Amino acid sequence: MSKRTDSNLYTVLFAAGMVLVVGALLAFFASALKPTINENKRIEKQQNILYAMGVNENDETSAIFVSKDKVADVFAKYITKQLVIQGSKVTEDAKAYLIDVKKEQTSAKEGNERRLPLFVGEKDGKTFYIAPIRGKGLWDAIWGYVAMDADMIVQGAYFDHKGETAGLGANIKQRFFMDDFIGEHLMKDGSFKGITISKSNNDPKNEDKTDNEVDAIAGATITGDGVSAMIKSELKKYVSFFNTLKTN
Amino acid sequence: MGLLSKKDAALITDPFADNNPITIQVLGICSALAITAELKASIVMAVSVLFVLGAGNVVISLMRNIIPSKIRIIVQLIVVATLVIIVDQVLKAFAYELSKTLGAFIGLIITNCIIMGRFEAFALANGPWRSFLDGIGNALGYGVILIIVGFFRELLGSGTLLGFKVLGDPIEKTGLYAFGYENNGFMLLAPMALIFVGIIIWIQRSRNVALIED
Repeated sequence: MSKRTDSNLYTVLFAAGMVLVVGALLAFFASALKPTINENKRIEKQQNILYAMGVNENDETSAIFVSKDKVADVFAKYITKQLVIQGSKVTEDAKAYLIDVKKEQTSAKEGNERRLPLFVGEKDGKTFYIAPIRGKGLWDAIWGYVAMDADMIVQGAYFDHKGETAGLGANIKQRFFMDDFIGEHLMKDGSFKGITISKSNNDPKNEDKTDNEVDAIAGATITGDGVSAMIKSELKKYVSFFNTLKTN
Repeated sequence: MGLLSKKDAALITDPFADNNPITIQVLGICSALAITAELKASIVMAVSVLFVLGAGNVVISLMRNIIPSKIRIIVQLIVVATLVIIVDQVLKAFAYELSKTLGAFIGLIITNCIIMGRFEAFALANGPWRSFLDGIGNALGYGVILIIVGFFRELLGSGTLLGFKVLGDPIEKTGLYAFGYENNGFMLLAPMALIFVGIIIWIQRSRNVALIED
């Protein structure tokens, strides 16, 4: 009692046909939607940078970005300069925010000199230096933007992640965690120390801003360590630039 | 139920109780553990599975007479994966914020054994309309457990619901926390989801003796 669909020839043909149909369908969706998706990502970068320097529409508890349709104008208004730091060379580039930090990290590993984007923002007479950071969480990539003043004191931070656990590691993008960084010092006694996500700092309300520590999220040890690590390794690269600010 | 015959209506209502995919068939446990630490994630996951299972069951049912039986599992997997990727791309283009919330769960949907289970057990042998109802019913049965577990885990573990601080502020010591109440951090860890599912199974079986196996 063999059915038509049991023959080997039919099976192979069916598989081939299925691959063609599915492949064509997915290729169609991917290429048709790509421009829209890329535009969304570009807008998100601008929103993230503005968020870090405190230009956002936060309510009491949740983090809300400047809205999508306004972001281009707001970005132009607050971000006065976009710099690319390469070694001791600093150039201005209005497209610096489009630099892919992941690609730069990979190319630096291959021995190329890293291009470090830095965005200079002005708000209420204060100058902000905003740097992108990127590292590893528990499951996948984590990244963010840290706004600092000229003394490398954090003025605001935004973190995001690709696939951290909901309710645990994913909470790095919650206000209660990100807001803890505001005012925190990255330097200690004149040298760069970074900020450690600590489980034992006895300072859950984060009143001590000079201890280089922020209270950890329960159940998110590895994501927290990832945040500490990316702050240390990525922001350290900017120290020499901040030193030139002081001598000028 | 004027719209559905009694038999069809049972396809929707059975998975809610006596044939619940999680508590009776014990399918889809992995995602129930992974994402129920907060209520919002549970709801988003429930809705996504509702869409994928409803649509997937119909597609598989329409193809049921032409799928070669030797490679049917692979074909099922391809159908789920294709649907999930299309949903992901469309969300990224038109609902970017939502797609960011979903991010981690998209992959989990593909591996959800309820979906493969319903394709294999139901859609391959039934017509599209009945398969659609079966898919919706099972996804709802799955979703309702997810939401119950997510509700309790977020409430007891973080003291919040959908991110709102319903029990007061644990750091400022307001609300319940003023009386010495503490969040139970253990609730946020995956094993608690299993214990909650266990409690639901216990309650369900104690109320419906027919479900008890010897």
